Amino acid sequence: MATTLTPTTDGRATSRPVTRRMDPRSNSRTFGILCTVVLTIFALLWLVPLVWAFVTSVRPDSEITTSPTSWWSAHWTLAAYRNVIGSTDIGWWYLNSFVISTLTVVMTVIVCSMLGFALSRTRFRGRGGVAAIVLAGLMIPGQVLILPQFEEFRATGLLNTYWAIILPAVAAPVGVFVFQAFIGNIPDPLIEAARIDEAGWWKVYLKICMPLCRPAISAVAIFTFVSTWNNLLWPLLVLSNTKQMTIPVGLATVAGNYGIQYAEVMASAVLGLLPLLAVFLLFQRQIVQGIASTGIK
Amino acid sequence: MTTVAPRPTRTAPDPVTTEDRQTGRRTETRAGWFFSLPFLILYAVFLIGPTLYGLAMSFFNTTTVKGGLGDFVGIDNYREALSSNEFWSSMWHTILFTIVSTPILVVLALAFAILAERVRRGKWFYRLVFFAPYVVPSASVVLIFTWLYAPQIGLINKAFTLLGFTAPNWSGTQAWAMTSVILLTVWWTVGFNFVLYLAGLQDIPADLYEAAATDGASGWQQIKSITFPLLRRTTALVVILQLLSSLRVFDQIYLLLQGGPNYSTRPVIEYIYDVGFTDFRAGYAAAATMVYFVVLLIVSLGWFLMNRHRADPADTDPNQADPNQADPNATAQAGEPSTAVRSPAPDTAREI
Repeated sequence: MATTLTPTTDGRATSRPVTRRMDPRSNSRTFGILCTVVLTIFALLWLVPLVWAFVTSVRPDSEITTSPTSWWSAHWTLAAYRNVIGSTDIGWWYLNSFVISTLTVVMTVIVCSMLGFALSRTRFRGRGGVAAIVLAGLMIPGQVLILPQFEEFRATGLLNTYWAIILPAVAAPVGVFVFQAFIGNIPDPLIEAARIDEAGWWKVYLKICMPLCRPAISAVAIFTFVSTWNNLLWPLLVLSNTKQMTIPVGLATVAGNYGIQYAEVMASAVLGLLPLLAVFLLFQRQIVQGIASTGIK
Repeated sequence: MTTVAPRPTRTAPDPVTTEDRQTGRRTETRAGWFFSLPFLILYAVFLIGPTLYGLAMSFFNTTTVKGGLGDFVGIDNYREALSSNEFWSSMWHTILFTIVSTPILVVLALAFAILAERVRRGKWFYRLVFFAPYVVPSASVVLIFTWLYAPQIGLINKAFTLLGFTAPNWSGTQAWAMTSVILLTVWWTVGFNFVLYLAGLQDIPADLYEAAATDGASGWQQIKSITFPLLRRTTALVVILQLLSSLRVFDQIYLLLQGGPNYSTRPVIEYIYDVGFTDFRAGYAAAATMVYFVVLLIVSLGWFLMNRHRADPADTDPNQADPNQADPNATAQAGEPSTAVRSPAPDTAREI
């Protein structure tokens, strides 16, 4: 039997000579089918809330009142979306979320990659202390800082500005460790060669490390984007003008306003989730690999 | 890079004088600090500063309505928080949520990942379906679930009726309110753990399964004696991340129930938020925050020590204890996510 074992990278069935003994994998083939069935049932269950939200949002309110749980409509309509867009500042919220998330991503990537580079490539005096401080920061969850941070931003007059949301998010210890690990994996000879060529440290960072770091950049960027976009507690505290709110804060404030107009409620839910769902569909591979490689939550 | 080749003599040891080396050292130190500064400044101003200020606030009678620390009250705030029923009941809601949600979120994610690993085609579909909810903002999740849970007309109630049960009053009683939050959370976040487990499964060599199959091991036997043991490290990571994120629960409880009915589900973060921003008692809220922070710290440290203690000497990676190690092999050799941050080795995440 040993000769029939073709090493494969993915463990899937390979062509193997048919022997007179029972195929050892037939057992697991039935098992595989069972797995698929069970998993598919769960997957369909997982789809229900999303699909139902989409379906409900495009049914007319009159139909929802008469048969609230129907999956079908005789008159599909986008009226609920028109109402939500017309009666709320959701356009502003999109813009705010987008500007805030993008700025946070850009600044986080720059600041964290620089420190990641310093920690993994330069042996400077005080490096151990810096690394220890950053590591300690991993233990402090942002939520325990809401009170003093709020006082701080009120004192500096930065409440109700984009900066109140962006600045506290930029110095992210997790981002540093992703970059540190990644830049640390770049082969030494590459860096040494550049140093011998009298390239300055800045050039080594910008021209050699950053281009090679693209996977780390996209992992940190996507995570920062998703978590900034979806952040609720902190923006809820520091943003009080309707036009300055982000999508989650805005949605949270209008949630009750529609009462029993479920099409409108579902339409605003869908409008809130569409951008990130689109981001996710576009970057599915990078996002999943990013999680796999960093384990950030 | 092409300019490197003609100058190999530069690497020869003899031309480097001690003086050269010292200037090199000095520029290296300067470069190190230059690259560290932007982070360190932001870090000091927005993380370390507020942490220390929060600690200071907890000893003063600070109020949110005016600036400054207010009167010094010593440990009164702590005494009050530790003896407050409201504080401890909110702490208990957070802990109850954590105790119930963590095992479900870990076991379900593991089950989904193992099943998905066995599926031959369309793995992307399952990955998509289970992970997609994770990127949905909490506000949207809650809007959708509010109506799924709606009495009489909600989809879940309809399903209960179809199956011949009477649907519970989802938001009316504490037991069901907590259950509805947990169900929502499982739907919303299980995808993250699922993906971590998929990554862990990728690192188990396929030939192990092949060999087991040759020996006639059934699918279940393979899972029991190969998959489970080799996923132990991934599980340790998933559990600690899940514990910490469950202990931080706020969004979904606040949005779905506002901590109700009658404060019976209010998590500790909402309590802090309420006393700090509704009662304006920032000093007292800061003391409550510190107690909560200590609980988080105990959980992380306890978990860390437990795993260190239990770890099999054979798979203890000496470099793992020091995440500051810049050694390229430090994190790559384990082959499984071993620390919170794991090296993005190019081949580990293939085709997840």
